[in-house]
Amino acid sequence: MIKKNMRASSGFTDTLVLRQRSGKSWHLAFLASTIFGILALSALLINIVNSAMGYVVIDFKINPAVMAVNGIALGEQTTEQWIQLLKDNLSTGALNKLENVEHLSERSRREIYSLIETRVLKKEVIESWSLYDSVFHKSEIITEYLHMQETHPEAQLKLMSWINGDLIMRSQSSEANTAGIRTAVLGSLWTIFFTILFAFPLGVGAAIYLEEYARDNWINRLIQTNINNLAGVPSIIYGILGLAIFVRVLEPLSSGALFGFTDPTTANGRTILSAGLTLGLLVLPLIIINSQEAIRAVPQSLRKASYGLGATKWQTIWAHVLPNALPGILTGTILAISRAIGETAPLVVVGASTAISFDPTSPFSKFTTLPIQIYQWTSRPQSEWRHLAAATIIFLLVLLLCLSAAAILLRNRFEKKY
Amino acid sequence: MIQVLLFMAGFISILTTIGIVVVLGKEAWLFFRLPEVNIWDFFTGIKWQPHINKFGILPLLTSTLLTTSIAMMIAIPLGMAVAIYLSEYADVKVRKVLKPALELLAGIPTIVYGYFALTMITPLLRTIIGADVVEIYNTGSAGLAMGILILPLIASICEDALSAVPTTLRDAAYGLGATKLEVAIKIVMPAALSGIIAAIILGISRAIGETMIVAVAAGAGPNLTLNPFEGAETMTGHIVRISGGDLSYDSIDYNSIFAIGLVLFLITFALNMMSQRIVRKFREVYE
Repeated sequence: MIKKNMRASSGFTDTLVLRQRSGKSWHLAFLASTIFGILALSALLINIVNSAMGYVVIDFKINPAVMAVNGIALGEQTTEQWIQLLKDNLSTGALNKLENVEHLSERSRREIYSLIETRVLKKEVIESWSLYDSVFHKSEIITEYLHMQETHPEAQLKLMSWINGDLIMRSQSSEANTAGIRTAVLGSLWTIFFTILFAFPLGVGAAIYLEEYARDNWINRLIQTNINNLAGVPSIIYGILGLAIFVRVLEPLSSGALFGFTDPTTANGRTILSAGLTLGLLVLPLIIINSQEAIRAVPQSLRKASYGLGATKWQTIWAHVLPNALPGILTGTILAISRAIGETAPLVVVGASTAISFDPTSPFSKFTTLPIQIYQWTSRPQSEWRHLAAATIIFLLVLLLCLSAAAILLRNRFEKKY
Repeated sequence: MIQVLLFMAGFISILTTIGIVVVLGKEAWLFFRLPEVNIWDFFTGIKWQPHINKFGILPLLTSTLLTTSIAMMIAIPLGMAVAIYLSEYADVKVRKVLKPALELLAGIPTIVYGYFALTMITPLLRTIIGADVVEIYNTGSAGLAMGILILPLIASICEDALSAVPTTLRDAAYGLGATKLEVAIKIVMPAALSGIIAAIILGISRAIGETMIVAVAAGAGPNLTLNPFEGAETMTGHIVRISGGDLSYDSIDYNSIFAIGLVLFLITFALNMMSQRIVRKFREVYE
């Protein structure tokens, strides 16, 4: 009897060691997976920063020193002198084209200078390196640069960050030297404005209905299930919907023709308004679901107290439920908006313009947005465009990070415990 | 009055669904009625070459399934491992940092992952496996990037499901002498199974509908292949490429994107319904 027990207990100890060993190795496996995840995502961010900075070799066909007038170097001349220089050196056709986009006299000094650099001095980036190479293979870069100087005597080696003030201030262009993201930033802002205008009131309204008014009948259950389903529909499907409804069926509205608005630059219904409404439909389910959660979190006692004082249902909602749910609603909305800002596929389908260099001026303008710009630049094989795409990604990520930070702050500041 | 207005706001969501179904259905119907198109060939044809009127969706479908499988091979095991680590092993401080970080990462626009696939994963694959084997545009790198994209999504939802399992269950198992691993695998995971399965289905649905990564990295041009090192266009990638140019409304290309869209919508819709049903049916309710 005792012997039997002994054997059983030694069997237990044997397996115990095994069990603990497998426990330990799986613990390591779980930890390793987590570390792998963190590494993969850091690789993503490092890869972007790596391409957004580094050494470049810039070459001028004409040496800027030649442009000095009466001993005043090019960089110190007045803007008027620069404009004159442009007029002297460019063909009438090219000048007219520039004037059509924006009058030269109305452009900033910085912009004029970059025009001179590209059009007159023919500035060109002939070689570029990543940040990693610039730091760890500096000597090889310098050898290569010296080699290059034999064929390009004016070439300069410069350490530059592709994300800089010029990138943000300049409008979109077909040349990498002058390309900027102003058009895209403004396009994104315009589009998001209409997205919010459309989706926020509708989303909050629907959430109030579902949480406060809806009785448990088939139609309300249908609406609820439907909203959950819509949240899972791929974004590109919304793009197809937007193309068919906003761009084609509602063309008179979305192109502005209905309001007697005829912008010569519009491309039928492929406008900011169409894009904004499409993104609005896309984020509507997210806003509804988030707002519902916020409204549900408001305690019943608050509503009952309000009814007890004789308030009507709407007075209760307007004066007590909504103010208490507002931080949650806003947090959810900000997160939905971040989603909309980063969305690319539906806008490509709705018809973002590939090459526009003028700023959007109305809801009926053609549009391009930040993610669209990144997509187009990434698709081009030349390395300068890749650098520009990386720089734009950093700008976009910082923007999204600010929005998320705002959402978290809002949540922490107004969070109430009942 | 107010109630009616608010109801209308809720009803917009129904209209959206009706809009999607009607628009996709109508245009796809027009597409299938074209003399060049045969609905049987659409589902069984192995070539998608609009210029010679070959419309077989199989090459697009297989590459979608290929990228999705690669993505899920990364995202499911790693995502679940991360979720188990965070919910069962990590201490509170680590979890407090990692959980919001996960959610933040899940919010990075997918075009950024596309850039990552093209400029980092593809060159890496080409160095490791060989530039003559791996094409510049290939489904492998797109699938890997997609896996990294979906990892935080699955990890985050699974973690929610695992944390929702009450501590008393764990304590009871520990009391019976179970090790930490046994508690995690044999007690907590089965209790959270509905949430885990729902997360996986959601991840698959997300991968099938994912567009920008494949548009950037997987290559243009339909190609019936299961070789992850070749370029092959997926359903979503094709829609984006076709509509990226100036698409004229009367062309057969225009109608074809609605037919592909319909297939895509039906697949993801079925998956979403399945995930919701599983959550509702198998959810364990603890008081």
